[in-house]
Amino acid sequence: MSDLSTRSVVTEGAGASAARPARRRRGTPAKVRAGLWTSYLILIGLALIYIYPFILSVAGSFKTDADATQNGLSLMPETVTFAAYERLFSDSPFPLWFGNTLLVTVIVTIGRVFFDSLAGYALSRLQFRGRAFVFLFFIGVLAVPGVVLLIPRFLILQQLGLYDSYAGMIIPLLSTAAGVFIMKQFFDSIPVSIEEAARIDGAGQFRRFWSVVLPMARPALVTLIILSFQGSWNELQHFIVSRQSPELNTLTTGVASLVSGQLGSGNQFPLQLAAAVLMTIPVAVLFFIFQRRIMNTTAGAEKG
Amino acid sequence: MTGTASGSRRGGGIRRGEARAGWLFVTPAVVIVVVFLAVPILLALWVSFSDWNGFRSPLNPNVNFVGLENYAAITTEPGLDQQNFGRAVRNNLWYVVFVVPLQTIVALLLAVQVNRAALRGRGFFRTAFYFPSVTSTVAIVIVFQFLFTASGAINAVLGFFGISGPNWLNDASGVFHNVLAVFGVTSPPEALAQDGPLGVTWWEWLAGPSVAMSTLIMLAIFTTSGTFMLLFLAGLQAIGGEIDEAARMDGAGPVRTFFSVTVPMLRPTLFTVLTLGLIGSWQVFDQIYVLGGSTAGGTIKTPAFLAYETSFDELKWGQGAAIAFILFVFIIVLTLLQRWWLRERDPKEPKRRGPARGGAPGGRDEPDVSSAVVGADPTDRALLTGADASDETGRTTRDGSRP
Repeated sequence: MSDLSTRSVVTEGAGASAARPARRRRGTPAKVRAGLWTSYLILIGLALIYIYPFILSVAGSFKTDADATQNGLSLMPETVTFAAYERLFSDSPFPLWFGNTLLVTVIVTIGRVFFDSLAGYALSRLQFRGRAFVFLFFIGVLAVPGVVLLIPRFLILQQLGLYDSYAGMIIPLLSTAAGVFIMKQFFDSIPVSIEEAARIDGAGQFRRFWSVVLPMARPALVTLIILSFQGSWNELQHFIVSRQSPELNTLTTGVASLVSGQLGSGNQFPLQLAAAVLMTIPVAVLFFIFQRRIMNTTAGAEKG
Repeated sequence: MTGTASGSRRGGGIRRGEARAGWLFVTPAVVIVVVFLAVPILLALWVSFSDWNGFRSPLNPNVNFVGLENYAAITTEPGLDQQNFGRAVRNNLWYVVFVVPLQTIVALLLAVQVNRAALRGRGFFRTAFYFPSVTSTVAIVIVFQFLFTASGAINAVLGFFGISGPNWLNDASGVFHNVLAVFGVTSPPEALAQDGPLGVTWWEWLAGPSVAMSTLIMLAIFTTSGTFMLLFLAGLQAIGGEIDEAARMDGAGPVRTFFSVTVPMLRPTLFTVLTLGLIGSWQVFDQIYVLGGSTAGGTIKTPAFLAYETSFDELKWGQGAAIAFILFVFIIVLTLLQRWWLRERDPKEPKRRGPARGGAPGGRDEPDVSSAVVGADPTDRALLTGADASDETGRTTRDGSRP
């Protein structure tokens, strides 16, 4: 994990870091080195504060209820038990929640990538009446704070008869102004000349977009995929107001009900921690995998 | 910003097809945003002026227009509704007062340290600080509940120092009240016992965040500092080390260099972080939903949550929508102020900072981007700003700004 991210940073900060050793030799080495050590000490201390809670939580998920409640600070369970995980799969509809989240996330991600890049491309490259207005509209929408949409979203889904259905959970998330904006910015930054060649070949508008432009947009698409995946995997508010049936619970709403519901009573920390661990893994793993891919595409682009 | 040079290179014949394709391409995105964002907001605006009680459609003929009644109930008419709103504002106000400066300071500290670290381990630290921003609020709340439970890890650590910690997430007492209690002041002086704004006594307004809310303040700092660290890192890299070096050579100590050179040069980023934080921390909802609004005597309840609760639980839809709209207008005003402020500063920027960022390729314009992006879904927003600050999309930043 750390190895991956180290490399990504090296790419990013290559310029700055490369210049540094030279400078250090010129300056006052002892003083600077002392400063560096202090820096490392502070960093290690801070990193512990940021990482330790997660390590404790993973450890806690393998404890018994009493052990977790009494010895919250100990890293080693008195007896290692998988009871919490077993209970999660047998006593709670956790697998169902997982499936729902996966379904919604995959469809939303595909939809966003497709619709946002289509719109972003049109706003960047195609000449049509009203384009400036549409763009301003998206910019305006960016300012709308998400949290005030709770009541409005519920109202419209009821009105359209989409409340408490997969459609109601998915369709409103299929496109975001921010995604359109990312894609437009990206298309603005790549030269038109490549497309021009395709135009001369007589390719249609959509084909040109699909087979010439989109493949070039890979870095931006990867960014959008990560954003969308992570955004919809962790989405809570929309799933609170777009459904009520327990069968439509996603990981976020389902696990939240664990905290406040029956299974949250008493001190059932291991169960909740196990749920938190399991719901975090996919998004964390994906994040690290894609981070490397992004790095590769960036490196490739720099060479070319 | 809106115009590209495409017009000049287009011929008349192709143009018609292009116009059609243009509309065709933007239609799906526009329809989704209009139907599920613009129209619903108008619908909710109507509800906030109506006596709709949740039955049938809010557009059915039995629903009456009641003018500003719902707004009056929470702002001007003395009563429980007004008090609830006042308390929610108070809770959120203290949250903002602590979260915004603290998360900015912590993020800046992290960025400066990470930036200073030489080749080894930089990525590891960056990842470590950023990780909390990647995870969902629900998971983080569970972690915090576990850590801050009465017999949990935090109190165990405090126990080493002989301090018996509170029952964090269930403690409704205000931290300033607790400090005063140490000096024997447990009841308000005459002047503060009277009602202040929104039917809440001055004594209550000045209580400070409750212990439970303080826990959520820590949670917010824990989850957002990583994101803002990335923004600061981008800013630091744009400055480069030379100026810093020059100041050191002139004999300025590290502390002096930091405050007299680094911080002033980071001003645009600092402003962005502060305003993003300000906008974000008025939108706290998720953590309160997961914990339940009645936790700690309702002292963690924010207007955003109150709007939800009033509508969905108490079925006072008009009133809930009214709270949401007050919040909406307030946040929009903050956002517009920020955009306006950044626009104003923009033209001066290159001149003033020209020499300093001479090396920066393409003169990335942070203020410009953030101004366009501010207010976006917090998730996307930070990424946009972050992504632009680094080159194109070479790096992912994602926000957890789950304020």
